[in-house]
Amino acid sequence: MASPWFHLDRSGTVLRLSAGGPWTVYHAGAVDGALRQLKLDGAATVEIDAGAVDALDTTGAWLLLRTRAQFAAAGASVTAFTVPEGYLPLLKVIDSDAPPAPAAVVTHETLQAFLERLGRATHGALIQAVGILGYVGRITIEWFKTITAPARHFRFTATVHQIEEVGIDALPIVGLLMFLVGVVLAYQGADQLKRFGLDIFTVNALGIGVLRELGVLITAIIIAGRSGSAFTAQIGTMKVNEEIDAMQTMGLNVDDVLILPRVTGLVIALPFLTFYADIVALIGGAMMCYFDMGITFPMFIRQLHQAVNLDTFLVGMIKAPVFAYVIGMVGCFEGLNVERNAASVGRLTTRSVVESVFLVIVLDAGFSVMFSILGI
Amino acid sequence: MADDPIISVRGLVTNLGGKLIHDHVDLDVRRGEVIAIVGGSGSGKSVLLRSIVGLMRPAAGAIHLFGEDVVSLNEAQMRSLQRRWGVLFQDGALFSSQTVAENIQVPLREFTDVPQELMNEIAALKLAMVGLAEDAAHKFPSELSGGMRKRASLARALVLDPEIVFLDEPTAGLDPIAAAAFDQLIASLQKSLGLTVFMVTHDLDTLNAICDRVAVLVNRKLKVGTIDEVRRDGDPWIQEYFSGPRGRAAMR
Repeated sequence: MASPWFHLDRSGTVLRLSAGGPWTVYHAGAVDGALRQLKLDGAATVEIDAGAVDALDTTGAWLLLRTRAQFAAAGASVTAFTVPEGYLPLLKVIDSDAPPAPAAVVTHETLQAFLERLGRATHGALIQAVGILGYVGRITIEWFKTITAPARHFRFTATVHQIEEVGIDALPIVGLLMFLVGVVLAYQGADQLKRFGLDIFTVNALGIGVLRELGVLITAIIIAGRSGSAFTAQIGTMKVNEEIDAMQTMGLNVDDVLILPRVTGLVIALPFLTFYADIVALIGGAMMCYFDMGITFPMFIRQLHQAVNLDTFLVGMIKAPVFAYVIGMVGCFEGLNVERNAASVGRLTTRSVVESVFLVIVLDAGFSVMFSILGI
Repeated sequence: MADDPIISVRGLVTNLGGKLIHDHVDLDVRRGEVIAIVGGSGSGKSVLLRSIVGLMRPAAGAIHLFGEDVVSLNEAQMRSLQRRWGVLFQDGALFSSQTVAENIQVPLREFTDVPQELMNEIAALKLAMVGLAEDAAHKFPSELSGGMRKRASLARALVLDPEIVFLDEPTAGLDPIAAAAFDQLIASLQKSLGLTVFMVTHDLDTLNAICDRVAVLVNRKLKVGTIDEVRRDGDPWIQEYFSGPRGRAAMR
């Protein structure tokens, strides 16, 4: 393929630049650097002759005009500027539209920019924390108002629907995962305890681990990923679609219609899911104990009975509604924060899951500290 | 060669979900003209545009762009042909994670070896050509108004100096002043750059202001002609369209 060319002729104080070939965006890279380097070398007048150019587009025209401006800025007078006649209209448009200074794309990260981003992120996180705290308080108050005030009725049907969606529909995935968790825990426990001849204590480790911590924690994390994200996406999509605004103008209370059924449904469903998760994990563990160590099911039950008491079970269960409340709140809060564009639905859904998983684990640690102080 | 149609559609049949959208549609677009496709909502105007630019495969028929049969081209041939047209989608379709300047530079980055400094200059130049202020370059699409987004998107469509631009409802969602300004922008760019403009529109004012010919999509067929020729057609939809209250107001 032909390439663009230019060369310089010097006669006295006149510098003559001739150019030809295809001056288009596909070939601009070949001449751009050299054109920038052009120097007057004491010439007083410059003539630019692009008469041999056989293809010219806006980029090529820009290069010619930029070169002319470059010579002019260096103090030369450009006395002639010729291009093939057909390209004159194009040149005229570029000439009149040509921006004074090229817009530079900022590519370098400065220390100042880094500090600014750090400050903004910190400030944003604080604002976010205050926002969620305020929201939790407000919804709690609304919840009590709704069940006490006769004028605002609690949405029973919607709540039951939510229980189905977040609870019953989650049974397969929670069941499968918790079964596998039970299998893995029993296997690892057995592997270690076998060395000391304490095989049977695998059951203790499994029972306490699942009932106190893992059952509720893993269930809550699955539900944060499954239902917390769904809350944000559903409410966020309604926000994008102006459905939330439409509800408000019709006099519907958004908290009553959308938020409370979701949060209440989750608070009711998660303890049941946790109970189910505990049982399934223990079944998984019992199977592994049988196949790996020959502990029969009656032996397993007897050992489990000695290892755990009601408190062990309740310590796990009491966390479930708290986790559910936090997951539901964060999901709805982020959903209502969605702006009117599709990209923010995705961004806030991600944020909702990250925040609720983070809060669930932090709260779990808080519970552990509390129980150890209380001596349970 | 110059007299050959730049876009030629022959016997185009489109079936969407068992519904016949285009029934043997023929269309020729001449080099350097502004042609508008009009028609009722859901009549398949945008589908026609999408078929021509290769986003949809027609059930039957031939589509030639620059004399090449786009339906039978392989991927590499299609890529090289695609650089010769630009598309302006309805809401701009700017990449939301990039600034306006970066958006404009995407085709340059992908298809040319232009150095970064020159890319910045080209982006600034294109922004000036579409009438956007220089400070728009570093904004993200979400920070722009609808009209500015369309201008920025037009700048991106024009960055490789295409021969054809496809516009999907260029004035939809703009206020009348912004819409008229956009019409003028397209008209002046079309003249100075020698573009062929293929647009889908509802806007009667746009038709009157800048279009050389109109193609009306009614009953799965195209009726093509100048505005005056098409207005004389007896089809009830066309009569309603051009002689309804809005049509009369726009023609005045």
